[in-house]
Amino acid sequence: MSSASRFNPGDPVTVKFEDRPGHIRTPWYIRGKTGWVERVHGDFRNPESLAFGRDGLPKKTLYLVAFNPSDVWGQSAGPKDKLLVDIYDHWLESAAEERNGHE
Amino acid sequence: MNEAAKAEHGHDHPKHELSYCAKRIYAIRDLLIEKGVVSEKDIQCQIEYQEARSPANGAKLVARAWVDPDFKTRFIGDPKSACAEMGIDATAINEFVVLENTERVRHMVVCTLCSCYPRPILGRPPDWYKSFNYRRRSVVDPRGVMREFGLNLPDEVEVRVHDSTADIRYLVLPVRPKGTENWSEADLAKLVTRDSMIGVMDPLNAIPE
Repeated sequence: MSSASRFNPGDPVTVKFEDRPGHIRTPWYIRGKTGWVERVHGDFRNPESLAFGRDGLPKKTLYLVAFNPSDVWGQSAGPKDKLLVDIYDHWLESAAEERNGHE
Repeated sequence: MNEAAKAEHGHDHPKHELSYCAKRIYAIRDLLIEKGVVSEKDIQCQIEYQEARSPANGAKLVARAWVDPDFKTRFIGDPKSACAEMGIDATAINEFVVLENTERVRHMVVCTLCSCYPRPILGRPPDWYKSFNYRRRSVVDPRGVMREFGLNLPDEVEVRVHDSTADIRYLVLPVRPKGTENWSEADLAKLVTRDSMIGVMDPLNAIPE
């Protein structure tokens, strides 16, 4: 689907902490949090552009990113529980240096 | 019936007092028709299309996946073409992902940003799915939300909450209830509730006759 995605399943990533107006599909609660890529969904038109009647191009790679609930909320009810969020490429940065090993 | 109003617009408006938003919607509708952007028939067709989609579509897919392992593989591998095979039009969905529940892993779907929902498969989302309460709490305390639906999960079960924030629409494939080994596909479909395909509940139990 995605010929050359920036990240692959297993890669640790951090969601950018940005605060700007517009049709942002990155939930506030996950900004600044670190997880890992679970799946590469493929390339999709950018909703931040589509929402304003533009063409949404260039397409952005969409990732399924997994988080340990304890890394997001500071606690987790079930030890194996996961929180999974679909996040576009331009909202992610590599967390390879700050994190070694996951799951 | 207000014949004057009907003659003016060619269709009836409700006779009771309308709210501000309802008045605005009717005004926009009338303008779109007047300017020829859409026809009254288009609107009626769209309403019928929206109403025709219901959790029965999802139940058909799940029941087939329970009785036919090959179909299940196709349903998980390429959900849209599996839908087409069953005569269900899922082309309106950008990307469709099926999440298979097992005894060890449970999925639950929410859209914390709005109300993203696999409408071609499940129809319109229930009001609670769109409520701030569900959207806020399902990502923080999914087990607590499930308990309120009557589902108590042991700690060793992995709960995976999917916040469907983008182009993907998720459907949960629940675990087939025990004691249904000899059931027909049609009877199985009756056990598949809407809420079990959102992931907050189990399908109905098999009640011995």
